[in-house]
Amino acid sequence: MNFASTVYTLWLREMKRFKRNRSRLFGSMALPVLFLLVLGSGFSGFFQYRSGVSYIQFIGPGIIGMQLLFSSMFGGLTVLWDKQFGFLKEILVAPISRIGIMAGTTLGTVTTSMAKAMVFLIALIVGGLVKADPAGVALALVYMFLISAAFVSLGIAFAARMSDPHGFQLVMNFLIMPVFFLSGALFPLENLPGWLTVLTRANPLTYGIDGMRFALGGFSLFSPVWDLAALLGFWVFTTVAGAVLFRRMPA
Amino acid sequence: MTPQASFLNKGGIDSPIIRITGLTKQFNDVTALENLNLEIEKGELFGLLGPNGAGKTTLISILATILDATSGTATVCGFDVRREEDSVRKSIGIVFQDPSLDDELTGEENLDFHGRLYGMDPATRRERMDEVLNLVDLVDRRNGFVKTYSGGMRRRLEIARGLMHRPQVLFLDEPTLGLDPQTRRKIWNYIRNLKKSFGMTIILTTHYMDEADQLCSRIAVIDRGGIVAMDTPEGLKARLGGEVLELETPVVRKDFLTDLRNSDDVGNVTLEDGKLFLTVRNGESFVPKVFEIAQNLGIEISSVSMRKPNLEDVFIKLTGREIRDDTVRAPKERMRIFMRRTRR
Repeated sequence: MNFASTVYTLWLREMKRFKRNRSRLFGSMALPVLFLLVLGSGFSGFFQYRSGVSYIQFIGPGIIGMQLLFSSMFGGLTVLWDKQFGFLKEILVAPISRIGIMAGTTLGTVTTSMAKAMVFLIALIVGGLVKADPAGVALALVYMFLISAAFVSLGIAFAARMSDPHGFQLVMNFLIMPVFFLSGALFPLENLPGWLTVLTRANPLTYGIDGMRFALGGFSLFSPVWDLAALLGFWVFTTVAGAVLFRRMPA
Repeated sequence: MTPQASFLNKGGIDSPIIRITGLTKQFNDVTALENLNLEIEKGELFGLLGPNGAGKTTLISILATILDATSGTATVCGFDVRREEDSVRKSIGIVFQDPSLDDELTGEENLDFHGRLYGMDPATRRERMDEVLNLVDLVDRRNGFVKTYSGGMRRRLEIARGLMHRPQVLFLDEPTLGLDPQTRRKIWNYIRNLKKSFGMTIILTTHYMDEADQLCSRIAVIDRGGIVAMDTPEGLKARLGGEVLELETPVVRKDFLTDLRNSDDVGNVTLEDGKLFLTVRNGESFVPKVFEIAQNLGIEISSVSMRKPNLEDVFIKLTGREIRDDTVRAPKERMRIFMRRTRR
């Protein structure tokens, strides 16, 4: 059976499950909404950045990044639940390639993460908080895709090595929070203490959010090309790591 | 598209459909299979009988390409399970011991997913789905979510799924584990029908004696990673001689046991729960002799019964112990059912 139909079959299953589980959908969007509305309005008075950029305009792309990070990293959970409940065996014993299985699962979670993040993107556009320039939005979608695909692969890499879904959730929370807080989603990355500068620059999400700020607001810390290159590099790394570990995973 | 593999047997028409040579599997310091040799012919309903932990599932997993052997080789339809993984996978169907359905999908969606993975076009998928759902009597529940299915229905759906791509060899790993007697009987009927309607080779593992006895044309008794005996159910039972005598005496005396063992007609004497089990060549004529021996020693016999030997007796004779029921696995099974309900 060819690669494309394996990918499509796995993707289709993710879509069916996503459609049916409303509580998971809204549950995973509650925290970013809270951050956007409460922090966005709460800190607006103190915020001084470039002229014409309000705090809620500043964190808009950050919240999109937050949504993508959270839902993408937890994508590996599908693999773990399938392991736990035996369904993974059914998939692994079929005459299809492991890479096709991983690609389909990844694409499925990327689709659902992107769908949730799009809700925020549309809300920001409708609310007039970002520029509604088609080229900018298209570029933002590229960054969004790369953020999601890279972190889904990272989640799957962990899932391939683990067997306990609860342990996975703990590890993911342990990783997600620092990545989120050190990404510049909530505060500008200029003029930070030295140690914090190093940590934020080492964080791949930083470049994704910076790139989205350029695409949607016209301001950024790094050049958008550098943002794209850093993100692409990270994506290639997690995809290769995920693929290697997924292939070696015992059935 | 029909899986081409169903017309292939690389080894040639007359060669065994499964050939296992010197297969060994080591898990750290535990030897699950030790130098196992086995040949299974096309069209057999072959039973692997043994207690939990005997190595049955390990063997099936190696044949199904989801586990690598430590040493030795195995071929299925002439394809090497390690080097020609994909061809093996196309030729086999498997029903795992543990549940393996997606319970957030409907029964039909689970089958559709399977059909896609095995490269069937939409028309073939529809046709096969109808066919296999019919076979396991799940047509009217096809659109129900699997999470609403009972244990027996799930099992039937898994069997249906394993058949959908018309495998040449079907592996059934403990197909009736944890099911009630009525459902077990139903599943036995489905398995018998499969053999009749598709003529496929079926390899079944079980630790239920009656299941192996009822279904299989040939049985390999597996214990501690090796085959201790292999024959037809009748052949295995014939090894015990004619009948099994069950005796009860108020007290069990050693000299009585010794005298019985020294008698020419007695094969095997075992003591269990205060009852004596004797395998004897000719039960009817031996009963008076038992009373004679007892009388000579001044022992009273409180009850005697006679029956044909079953596989349980064979197993005890071969391994020196009873095949234990599911004491180790049962809590895990319950746990899985519990977890299913609370999942997500």
